[in-house]
Amino acid sequence: MEETVPADGQMIGEGDFVVLKREDVFKAVQVQRRKKVIFEKQWIFLDNAIGKHFGTVFEIVGGGNLQMKKNEIATTELKEAGADNRNIIDDGKSQKLTRDDIEALKEKGIKGQEIVQQLIENSSTFRDKTEFAQEKYIKKKKKKYDAHITILKPSTRILSVMYSAREPAKICQLRYDTLGQMLNLGNIRAGSKVIVMETCAGLVLGAVMERMGGFGSVIQMYPGGGPVRAATDCFGFPRSFYKSLHEFPLSKLESLITGSYETWTVPSSTDQTPDAKKEENNGSASEKPDPSGDVEDDSRSGAELEAATDTCELENEESEVACCGTGNHDREEKSERKHVQAMEKKKKQDERRIRESETAVLLQDRNADGLIVASRFHPTPVVLSLLEFVSPSRPFVVYCQYREPLLECYTKLRERGGVVNLKLSETWLRDYQVLPDRSHPKLVMSGGGGYILYGITVTRDDGKPNTSKQEKSDEPAAKKIKVEQPGS
Amino acid sequence: MTWLGVTRMSFIEYQDIIQDGDTAIVYLGHDSMFPVTIQHGSQTQTKYGVMRHSTDLIGKKYGSKVTCSKGGWVYILYPTPELWTMNLPHRTQILYSTDISLITMMLELKPGSVVCESGTGSGSLSHAIIRTVAPTGHLYTVEFHQQRAEKAMEEFRQHKVDHLVTVKNQDVCKSGFGMSHIADAVFLDIPSPWEAIGHAKSALKVEGGRICSFSPCIEQVQRTCRALEGHGFTEINTLEILLRVHDVRTIRLQIPDLGKPLEDQASPASDANDAPKPMTYSQDACSIFKSGVPPRETVGHTGASTEPEKMFQLKAHFGTWTLSSDQYFLSDPWHVRSDLANM
Repeated sequence: MEETVPADGQMIGEGDFVVLKREDVFKAVQVQRRKKVIFEKQWIFLDNAIGKHFGTVFEIVGGGNLQMKKNEIATTELKEAGADNRNIIDDGKSQKLTRDDIEALKEKGIKGQEIVQQLIENSSTFRDKTEFAQEKYIKKKKKKYDAHITILKPSTRILSVMYSAREPAKICQLRYDTLGQMLNLGNIRAGSKVIVMETCAGLVLGAVMERMGGFGSVIQMYPGGGPVRAATDCFGFPRSFYKSLHEFPLSKLESLITGSYETWTVPSSTDQTPDAKKEENNGSASEKPDPSGDVEDDSRSGAELEAATDTCELENEESEVACCGTGNHDREEKSERKHVQAMEKKKKQDERRIRESETAVLLQDRNADGLIVASRFHPTPVVLSLLEFVSPSRPFVVYCQYREPLLECYTKLRERGGVVNLKLSETWLRDYQVLPDRSHPKLVMSGGGGYILYGITVTRDDGKPNTSKQEKSDEPAAKKIKVEQPGS
Repeated sequence: MTWLGVTRMSFIEYQDIIQDGDTAIVYLGHDSMFPVTIQHGSQTQTKYGVMRHSTDLIGKKYGSKVTCSKGGWVYILYPTPELWTMNLPHRTQILYSTDISLITMMLELKPGSVVCESGTGSGSLSHAIIRTVAPTGHLYTVEFHQQRAEKAMEEFRQHKVDHLVTVKNQDVCKSGFGMSHIADAVFLDIPSPWEAIGHAKSALKVEGGRICSFSPCIEQVQRTCRALEGHGFTEINTLEILLRVHDVRTIRLQIPDLGKPLEDQASPASDANDAPKPMTYSQDACSIFKSGVPPRETVGHTGASTEPEKMFQLKAHFGTWTLSSDQYFLSDPWHVRSDLANM
């Protein structure tokens, strides 16, 4: 990753992660000179945006270049308007300009605004339309022929709205307001130590990191070979933010809980690249002999294999969502570099293992300040295991696209104890059209943005089955009466 | 307050141990809790009996179970802005966590953000904002009711966040925020927000910022939107969010006796449906399952009613609130300056 301009920069810089916006459509990209970006079926170059303020509005001019948009002062004046639509007949003949005419205008380099004006002049029904219909007509045509692109600084709001609209499947249908609920209910803030387990392309992770502002630490629990952070990278966080980000494989969680986890010890010199297997054997030999050691080794190398494929996946995702991949690499050059890459890969693997051990130590303190789960997996086993690492009197939030797994998770958590104030909820979100005397909810609203289960951890008296029994029967008893009422 | 040495409870930092002077939440059971200020020698009555602060609370871990004098027990929770919102003393109608979460996200608040808010009210949103912008941001909050402003400041001090917030007792519609070009975001929850839009704009940073106005009535929203447009704000959005709670219940549905012989029920049902199989078709045959049921009554609309007599009435009128974003003419500083001249 290239060094990006300091985060406080209000100017768009080369290498920055930005979000392009046209009407309601967003796309996350990295600014690179002379790099074609496809946005809304148009090729554009972002070169001219470099050095401009974030939030600047551009129009696309010849050759896909951007040009700063000047503020138009007057909009098209409406002179005549009809009272209603009784005289308007939809015969498809009202517009005298043909598609070819419009294309010809475009080729001549006529600006979008003028094209819209010509369309109005050549419409036989425009004058009979009501004032409101005229406004709507202009708006619609402007959208088509006079599009501007705004370049925005990425944020949780923008990226979560973008993913919700463009690729909801990649983020488990997590709607942006639901993410907002999770961040607040999880009390995510600077200075905390938060465990995040997500399969939302790294969006939830990024949102948590943004809220922590580089203070405190985040532990990302990942399934498979490696953490996915395609969306996290789109935030364009300063490098310092990544220093407080740790990762740990879910597959080794059980060994951490039972205490059989083996800390990876660093070989004396990291420059040498001896056989990985040997190192691992040495490692386990020097540690106390453990029957599970071999199994550990296997799962480890398996995980590494997966890691390789997963990084590829990650890159693909990046280029798809964010167009970050460089893409045009020469194949020959690649093969030459293969060996070097292999060496580097080995080094990275070692680094990864060291980091993993460090993360294990962080987790083993069992004093995390919060837990956020948003994954495609069944939440119950994940939550039950991860709660072991959270301090008492700390919030946790679990997201699931479906309600039923959370019902089960709720029940299992109640059986387990050690949590209070459990709540299962969802939010409805509605957009409004607000115009003088014409305000109403928009025609379409989201059908669902997922469900969240949240609560607060408390101490569990374990070791004493007597007291825990008391706990179970005691407090929920009051609730049970309530519970049974509607059923009986 | 006279606490020395030890790090005490703060809304922007977790502590593990309950200490003298802390604000803590006493959790009695589902949706039943209240805040308490921990004080040496003091005691608190609950329905489960008395808790003595010195012996029962101070020095214990947050999240501990505390047995009260009658043998019942409670949990002592560390306060978070969300718990505070559920437990704070109401001096006005307040914003709840569902709305607060959306506001926080749509205003793009994060550590370091500078925020202007009016009115402070009971401080429900203020606590959440402070939590999010800490440790490097700041909240300027303006409240026209003097006692409310004073009470809010007292709470901020008690919660150890006073260094992150400035409370001003003035009318935002007349005097604005008393700040210019410092804010990343402005939040308005006042009866006539349209009168404060000009002030809100001059509080925002020169390069732009975001604004949100929260109103219970659609007429207020309309006027505010027009004012926002008039001041050059763009990307104006109006959103409404509703919380749907699902109470988890075990439901038993009786199976009717259709006169079918008992043996038949077990086998052929397997392909037809995967639903939980009833044990028998006798009189008490039941299908048991877990369901998330809506509470009988729920909040269908949020939004603060300003008349004091309507303070706790939640189901009011038609409901929506404005959430407006702004990226006003970044390339046109003249526009901003002309507006300043209007002040």
